[in-house]
Amino acid sequence: MLAVRNLSKSFRGLRAVQDVSFTVPQGEIVGLIGPNGAGKTTIFNMIAGVYAPDSGSMLFQERRIHGLRPDQICAAGIGRTFQIVKPFAGLSVLDNVMVGALLRERTTAASRALSVQILDRLGLGAKREQPASSLTLPDRKRLEVARALATRPKLLLLDEVMAGLRPTECDQIVAVFRELNRAEGLTVLLIEHVMRAVMALAGRIVVLHHGEVIAQGTPEEVVRDKAVLECYLGEETEV
Amino acid sequence: MITRLLEGVPRRGLAMLAALLVLLLAFPLFASGYLLAIGFLILYFAYVGQAWNIMMGFAGQLSLGHSLYVGLGAYAAAALYVHFGLSPWIGLLASIGTCALAGAVIGFLAFRFGVAGVYFAILTIAFAEFARIGFDHFTWVRGSSGLFLPVANYTENDLWNLRGSPRMFYYLMLALTAGAFVLCHALLRSRMGYYWLAIRESPEAAQALGVNIFRYKMYAVVLSAAMTSLAGVVFAFYYNNLFPEQIFHISRSIELILGPIIGGIGTLVGPLVGALLLTGLAEGMGELLLALGVDVPGVKQVFYGICLLLVVMFLPHGVWPPLARKLGLER
Repeated sequence: MLAVRNLSKSFRGLRAVQDVSFTVPQGEIVGLIGPNGAGKTTIFNMIAGVYAPDSGSMLFQERRIHGLRPDQICAAGIGRTFQIVKPFAGLSVLDNVMVGALLRERTTAASRALSVQILDRLGLGAKREQPASSLTLPDRKRLEVARALATRPKLLLLDEVMAGLRPTECDQIVAVFRELNRAEGLTVLLIEHVMRAVMALAGRIVVLHHGEVIAQGTPEEVVRDKAVLECYLGEETEV
Repeated sequence: MITRLLEGVPRRGLAMLAALLVLLLAFPLFASGYLLAIGFLILYFAYVGQAWNIMMGFAGQLSLGHSLYVGLGAYAAAALYVHFGLSPWIGLLASIGTCALAGAVIGFLAFRFGVAGVYFAILTIAFAEFARIGFDHFTWVRGSSGLFLPVANYTENDLWNLRGSPRMFYYLMLALTAGAFVLCHALLRSRMGYYWLAIRESPEAAQALGVNIFRYKMYAVVLSAAMTSLAGVVFAFYYNNLFPEQIFHISRSIELILGPIIGGIGTLVGPLVGALLLTGLAEGMGELLLALGVDVPGVKQVFYGICLLLVVMFLPHGVWPPLARKLGLER
């Protein structure tokens, strides 16, 4: 569904992403992990149209998405959340989600219905009339997800939506994504630090370090990979 | 259509609006000429405040140069009337066209090249200043010596040529203000309204949700400019004289945004409340002081300043939001 090939991006000489290639097959959940500064969010921002890559190509459903604006990427079927949440603070929770729903719904009434349904699914139903500014951080993360889902994406990019959530809340969201993936065939690419969530969700994992892919495969393969262990735990040394 | 407009509006709010409308409709029946002139001014500022509010309050784009659209609108219709005897109702098409184009040019320059925030505001001032200086030398509209509309004593109101009594102008302005109110109410409930508010709150997030922020910001600027131009037309035919130094002056731009700021930026009722407070109280106080024998020049400006100061200090969201809560209109 999404194929990223030889993607590179530098910021004023700092190589943030170098020669990264991976694919996200239709209907799968792929995890993108790596230490802070590994270039995960930069890759997201390139896919979402925020930054233009210096080189490389990105194909979404066989279509080149290089050079499209973020709104065009969203219209093409890629939804995203922001790691640093960006709620429409002055609007109600429901209205936040409605902005997303209006992309594909023809009327405000239909958008409202879809938004209510999504908010209920994510456990925000009771808070839908509150201003978004009154939400706690975990709820704001859920709101990010709700808004992105309201655009009815085929591929959803999740940037650390579990961070700061309690384990039970985390499991709850994991269940939602599982359900969406199973029932509606939603494809997901997620950046996550919470390994519990990545292991539970992802069928494939891509590991980044210093802007390069150092390993990819199933979760079981990746956690046994020597390069991954080194980058996360440090090299084994004799004492 | 009407039922959809009324959907979700609190009963009390509707009743209050109806009462206000009746009051405003009946006002000329018992108001003196002077009071009628103040009534006209209040409605005028409520209307332009509403138009400005679309850009700033809804779409979050600060314009400090709205006198440009008042002036262009006024000049376009007045010049066509003076030179060709064209009715202002035809002239206003030229006014709307000119202002929509001016808004589109400014919007395009700003939004295409990422001019935002304070810099955008400066750009809007710059264009108003261009117009002020340019019109000073624009001989077709008599330059700095001013464009005058022929004035005579009219025995009856000529609505087609907008020649008539202050009462006619009052009702015209009332119709515009009411129309703008309903339009803004409808817009806020439409896709456009949702997108504007989203852009105001976070352009990046709006764009990530599929909103073409360039296009929707352009809609806001063009609509706001076109609406403001109508106020210019009425202004020209009400006062019968136009001077570039006055109509395009930055103080005019500032004056017209004070209402919505005091009343509550981004609210529907804010521009009305703000215009009523500022114009009504300022004029009322001027009268009161005069009656008391105190004749101090500049007292109105001082009052404006104090009002702004108090609102900024104690009511940062304007007078309307807390007032709405008091009246039990908060959702």
